[in-house]
Formats: sequence, C-alpha cells, structure tokens
Amino acid sequence: MHSLGARAHSTTRTRTPGEIVAAATPTSQVGRRVVDRAFLGVCIAFTALAVLLLVILLVSIWQDGHARLSWQFLSAFASRKTEEAGVRAPLWGSIWVCVICAVAALPIGVGTAIYLEEFSKRSRFRSFIQLNIANLAGVPSIVYGILGLTAFARAFGTANSEDPIAFGQPESFFYLQLPFGHGVLAGGLTLMLVVLPIVIVSSQEALRTVPGSLRTAALALGATQWQTTWNITLPASIPMIMTGGILAMSRAIGEAAPILVLGVPLFIRSTPINLMSDFTVLPLQIYNWSMRQQSGFHELAAAGIIVLLAVLLTLNALAVIIRHRLQRANG
Amino acid sequence: MPNVAEISAATSRAAAANRRGTARSRAARIGTERVIRGSLLACALLSIVTTFTILVILLVQSASFFAMPQVSAWEFFTGTTWAPLLGEEKHFGIWPLIAGTLLVTSIAAAFALPVGLLVAVYLSEYAPSRVRAILKPILEVLAGIPTVVYGFFALAVITPFLHDHVSESFGTFNALGAGLAVGIMILPIVASLSEDSLRAVPRSLRDAAFAMGGTRFDVSTKVVVPAALSGIVASWLLAITRAIGETMIVALAAGGLASMTLNPAHEVQTMTAYMVQIFTGDAPAYGIEYKSSFAVATVLFVITLALTIVGNLFLRAFREEYE
Amino acid sequence: MTTPPNAPPPRNIDIKPATPVVATAAAAAPVADAQDVAIRAQGLDSWYGSVQALKGISLEIPKCRVTALIGPSGCGKSTFLRWINRMNDPIPGARASGILTLHGDDLLGRALDVVELRRRVGMVFQKPNPFTKSIYDNVAFGPRLHRSFRRADLDELVENSLRAAALWDEVKDRLKSSALGLSGGQQQRLCIARAIAVGPEVLLMDEPCSALDPKSTASIEQLIRELETSYTIVIVTHNMQQAARVSDRTAFFFEGTLVECGSTDRIFTNPANKQTEDYVSGRFG
Repeated sequence: MHSLGARAHSTTRTRTPGEIVAAATPTSQVGRRVVDRAFLGVCIAFTALAVLLLVILLVSIWQDGHARLSWQFLSAFASRKTEEAGVRAPLWGSIWVCVICAVAALPIGVGTAIYLEEFSKRSRFRSFIQLNIANLAGVPSIVYGILGLTAFARAFGTANSEDPIAFGQPESFFYLQLPFGHGVLAGGLTLMLVVLPIVIVSSQEALRTVPGSLRTAALALGATQWQTTWNITLPASIPMIMTGGILAMSRAIGEAAPILVLGVPLFIRSTPINLMSDFTVLPLQIYNWSMRQQSGFHELAAAGIIVLLAVLLTLNALAVIIRHRLQRANG
Repeated sequence: MPNVAEISAATSRAAAANRRGTARSRAARIGTERVIRGSLLACALLSIVTTFTILVILLVQSASFFAMPQVSAWEFFTGTTWAPLLGEEKHFGIWPLIAGTLLVTSIAAAFALPVGLLVAVYLSEYAPSRVRAILKPILEVLAGIPTVVYGFFALAVITPFLHDHVSESFGTFNALGAGLAVGIMILPIVASLSEDSLRAVPRSLRDAAFAMGGTRFDVSTKVVVPAALSGIVASWLLAITRAIGETMIVALAAGGLASMTLNPAHEVQTMTAYMVQIFTGDAPAYGIEYKSSFAVATVLFVITLALTIVGNLFLRAFREEYE
Repeated sequence: MTTPPNAPPPRNIDIKPATPVVATAAAAAPVADAQDVAIRAQGLDSWYGSVQALKGISLEIPKCRVTALIGPSGCGKSTFLRWINRMNDPIPGARASGILTLHGDDLLGRALDVVELRRRVGMVFQKPNPFTKSIYDNVAFGPRLHRSFRRADLDELVENSLRAAALWDEVKDRLKSSALGLSGGQQQRLCIARAIAVGPEVLLMDEPCSALDPKSTASIEQLIRELETSYTIVIVTHNMQQAARVSDRTAFFFEGTLVECGSTDRIFTNPANKQTEDYVSGRFG
C-alpha cells in the first residue's frame, strides 16, 4: 500500500534524510546551550524584578505610614491638622458600601450564572448575554461611575435633586429618597455594577465544576430544574462561589474612580446612619491625601493604604480559609 | 442470598409506604418553576440593561454636547488643542487627551507585555512546583492591590527616583512615572492570563519537541509560545484595555495638562484624568465642560469596547483550538 | 550513517541461534554478534520516588531490527523505552541505575548531553501530536534546531522524510497548510516523518497505533516494516497481533522485570516461560 517510502532510500540518486542532515552545517551545540541558559537567566531576572517591585511597594508604604498608625488614626475623622486626622469616616463608608454591594451583587450575579449555566439552552440569546458580560468586564470603572451618577444619584433627572421625594424618617435605617443622591446606597449599587461581571463569571466557573452526572441523577429522580439546582448543584458549588464573591468584594473596596464620579463630599466628619447618608471610602480618602502637597499628608495617605491593605488581606484570608474548607470537605 | 419472597414483600411494602405520602400539586410545582426561571432571567437581563443604559446615557449626553454652538464635531475629532477651562476661547480637540492616554499606555505596555510574558514562560515552563507555589500567590497579591495604591507609589517612589537618578527634568507629574505604575498594575494580568494559555498547550507537543532534541529554550519559544499565541495576544489586549481605562494612577501621577507630547518626562492628561478633573467639581454641572466629559467618556468607551471584543475573539479562538 | 553496509539477513531466521534458550526469568538471550547490538541494558533498575519501576533489566536490542516490548499496563515497558532517550528526566523523582548504552555510549551518566542523544534517538508518541504549524514546518522543525540548511537541502530533506513516512503523495500539494488538517493516521505518519527528519539511528514508538483506526494502523505497521532497513526500531505495544506482525524480536515485561526475550516467532509459538505463554495467548493482561 504505502511502499514507495523506504524504497526511495535504496535508489542511489536520492539522499536519505540521514545523509542530508549529515551534510548540513551543524549549529553550535555550545551556543544553543548558552542561549538556553541565558534565556532562563532573563526569565528569572524579570520574575525577580516583579517580586522586588512588590517588596519595594510594600516596604516604602510601610516606612511612610507606619508611624501614623494608632487607635486614634482609626477612630478620628478627617482633619486639616494632619496630626489629628484619621480614617473613621472612610473606613465606615467602605464597610457600608461593601455590604450594600455584596447584598446586591451576589444574588443578582449568582442568579445570572444559574440562569446561564442551568436554565438556558445553548441558544443565540445565551451567547449574546455571555458576550455582553465579557464586554462589560472590560468597561473602565469610571464609566460605571457615570452610569451610577445618572441612574442612581440623579434618577435620570426625572426627580428634582434639590427637593427629593422622601420615604420614612431620616433617623431610620431604611430612610429612602428619590433620587438617591450621593449616599451609600448609590455608592453600593454603583460598585455592584462594577463587580457584577466578576461575580457572574466566577459563579459560572463554580457551577461548571459540578459534575453533570449529579444533575442527571437528580433529574432522573423526577426533580425539576430548580430543585436540582437548589438541592444539588448550588450546595456543591457554594464554597467556590463564596470565594469568587469575596474576591469581587475586595475589588469593590479598592475602587475609587466610580465613587469619585458620584460626587461625594471630600470632607466628611460623620459615619453613615442610613442608606442616604453621605460617605467617603478609603481609596478616595487616600487619593485626597495623596493629592495634597503639604508635608504630613503623604504619611496619612500611606497609613490609609496600610489600613486598606489590611482590610483586603482580611478578606483574602477569609477566601483562603473557605477554599481550604472546601478542599477538606471534598478530599 | 435473600430469597425471592422476601424481596417481593419488601418492594410491595415500599410501594405502599410511598402511596401514604401526600402528592404535591403539579400546578404549584410548575408555577414555582416558572416564577424562578423568570426571576433568574431578570437577573441575566440586567446585564443587557446595563450595557444599553450606558450606551444611551453616553450618546444622549454627547449629542447634547455636540449640539452646543461653541462645539463642532469636526474640531472634536481632529483638533489638537484641548482647552476647555482656560481663557475666553475654549477648544475641544480630543487628540491631546488621546495622545496622553496612548503615551501612558505605551509605556505601561512596553514594560508589562514582555515582562509579563517572560514571567508566564518562567512559571509555566521552568519554575519548579515549589517556586511556582510561592510566585502564583505573589502575583495574586499584586493583582489585588487597589490602583490608588499604585498611584501613590508612582507619586511617592517612582517619580522621585526618576528625578534623582534619571533626569532632573522629571517633575512631580510625568508620563513615565504614571506609565510605569500602570505597567506594574497590569503585569499580573498579562502574567497570569498568559500562563493559563501556556499551560493549556498539551504536554504531548512539549514531549515531541524535547524528543527531537529541543532545549527548553527551543521548546518554549518555538513550540509552546507559538501554540499559545492567540491566548497570549488576548491577555495583552485585555491588559491594554485595563491600562487605557485606568483612572486613579493617572489622576494622581500623570498630571492635568492636556498636551501633544511624546516626552515621557512631561506632564500629560489622559481621557480618564480629564473626567476626574471635571467630576471632582472644577466645572459647573450641566455646563459645556461638564458635557464634554461625556463625549470623552464615549470615545473611551468605544476604544475599550473595541479592544475587549477583539481580545475576547482571540480568547475564543484559543479555547476552540484546545478543546 | 544508519544504513547497514550489507544487506540485512533474511527476516525469518532467528538472529540468536548460537545460544540455546535458557528458561530463567530475566534472562535476556544475547544477540549473536556484538557488532549488531544497538542498545544494551545490563542490570537496569529504575525508580519513581520510592516505587521501583524496573528491576534488573538486561536486554540487547539489535541494530536495524524491530524489537517489540510487550506486557500488561504498568509493567515497565514504557519506562524502559523512555530511558533510551531520557524522556524520564523531567519526571520528579525518576532515576535509574545500572548500564544502558547506545552503540557503546553510556545513556545514564550525568555527563550525557540529552539534546545530542535525542538527535540520535527519535520518538513517536501514543497520540499523534503535530505542532500547530504547517506540514512543512513540522518536518523541518527538528533539523532546524540542530543544523543550518540551504533552502534546497531542507526542501529535499522534508520531501524525503515525508516519502520515507509514505506521506509525500498525500500532502505534496499542501505542504504549507496546517498539520492539524490531516487525518489521525496521516498525522501519525507526519510525526514519524518529523522524527526521521532529524536523522536518528533509533526510532522509539510508544504504542503508535493505539489512537488510530484499523486502516491507519495497517499503514503504520507496513511503514514500520519498511523503515526497519534503515533504523533500529523499538516499539511498545499492547496489541499482541501487532507485535507478532511487525517485530523481529519481542521482549515480555512483567511487574518491572524482563521475563523473556527472543525472536518474535519463538515468543509467540514456543515461549519458554509460563507467564509469557499465558500473556501472549491472552489468558491475562
């Protein structure tokens, strides 16, 4: 059948592959080894550079800011006198906004993921939503700020910002007014828009790790799609969903640009008491302090960064613990 | 072995027990399922509503900006003077802002794309598993640092370093300091996305290349990287998108002077930095400067959207190749 | 360089007639003439971490013959194969002791240049693994690593390698198109051409047909028989009939030891060892 191959060798006119190779000029073996070593050297050098940059970043911030860290720094409001200034308002602002963002983004994000993974067929509609989410993930966060400003803070200009329609009493937690203005609710919802694509994608990945055979088994027992999801798929994937959710929240806590666009006041001496309260967040306070040229404010900014990184570290540790629990539970 | 009679008795007892349960309403089951499916669909539709709303806001506000008598669309898209706040005669030519954005992004890309790829190649092809186990979390830490921190780093560390050790001409605000900080910010994105692509290249290709006498360098650069190229390009595009949309670093470190310059020691203003300048209250709301920021936002949105779409196309091509 | 000066002896003659078969486990029947031995193992032990994968393997593989390594999964035949071109090196904890030589050159020493070794020893894998490049570039990849060619020489080399792998006529009109467009059997023949193009003395084949359909398998088997005149071929296979069809000599591995080795005819018709007999007759494994 394929016989011409080897026969070609035996004729004297054509050279065998071996002969052709032997006739060609060998490349320098030493040279090749040197290139190989040098390339490894370059790779290691740049990897070390990346690590070194992280170390320099952390060390320089610690050096600038650690002297300012104290209980007073955490419990004091911002002040024009640098020695009295603290992060009380932005710290509480960040916590409020982050909680609102989590309460809004997690159900919606997980719901979207469940719809896409469990309820929708492989249709054009599904891939359209999927494409849309992928594109939303690439939208700069400052553009979400514009959306939040227009939709939440100003309600598209339908209501008069100077004279908002109020529901309930300002003393109560549930005090609402339309439009929201630049209160914590508007901030939290804006951040929800920023992190929603992250929550959706990580939840989808979590749902995909659940073996299809589990779903089939539940469906074969006569469970509905939702019963299968609620009782089988979600419990199996919830630790991974939570991990992704926490990482999304740490992204939200670090965001400054969208909050900045909302037009929050630069100088606040109060902590939020209801959903409409004025607020600022840690990254924004850091931004403000960094912009000041006077001495003392850079130290405040660095100290603020240490607090912000400590908050993020706590969240990440939480994610790691959940991941470990998951591995132990499944291992 | 249990005998046949025992088994048959047990099955009939089980069936009888089953019949004692109260049947659930079929209508209720179908109803619940519908309601849940509907609310899940609503969640999914929110993402479409979000995109749609962004588009409408940007287009409506831009349209009202271009409708103003002092503004011409021709000048906006071709003009090289951006002077919305100063003097009697205002100029709205967007190119200085685009040039500033491109300068900062190019500096960031020139640093982060090659370095990120080399780090990825090291992690995927060379690093012993122990080293990898240390380096991956470090990259994750870098990726998780808020951008305002990088902005502070640029202002407090990089720029003073450039001023003291490179050239006196570097002022407090300069494109290089901001660009390098943006580069450090996008480095982990390039490294970890590229590494994912490199690791997705089947082992068998590496085996084949090694079995032919390839060195690690040959195998990495001539087989693995070419095979993962579309994934690597995707990681580059997505990182560049992040760099273009980055706000806090450039607002802190690049400055606020819109100028057409290629000098990295100069102060530049990016599109995002201009938006920050307007929204932090330098301009009266609903005025012409205010509206101009929506036009700038539209340009920014279109650029990043285009890059994201192309990046995702590369990513999809890569996934199709190896699934 | 690899072609024997004389015509090979007829295939149906057992090439180790001098020594009578000794029916002891691990006894490797030596090849008659030391000149004809390509690969020699003596007391070869191998470990993955603390697990011993090969136990005292002594085996001679004749030059320009097809030697089949058979045995149940996990018996060590692939491990043995992968020591010949040191593909075990990157596996964490893999090590070997004893003697393993290729034409007298030590293969286990630390001083060995594995890159040079792999130029001399080509390998074909279980699943076809063409690079995501054109057909031409796949074949030219190896030669370009080691030598610099004039364009015409490289063209000639690619053509002859593809001819040797019996693929030339099927692909000569689309050398520049992607190798991934070929069928499974064609891809595997491309991988053989790719290995040949480097100019090796030995071809290692690790179950080269296990991912192929019967028709492609038949074409690869015929190819193996034809390549035998030029190359020393060592093939690992799970398929008894395949070993019987393509090989001159057969070595039976079991749980890390070499149970029996001899001419394929004898191993399949008159095995000296009971385990071999059980295995080749399909009673276990």
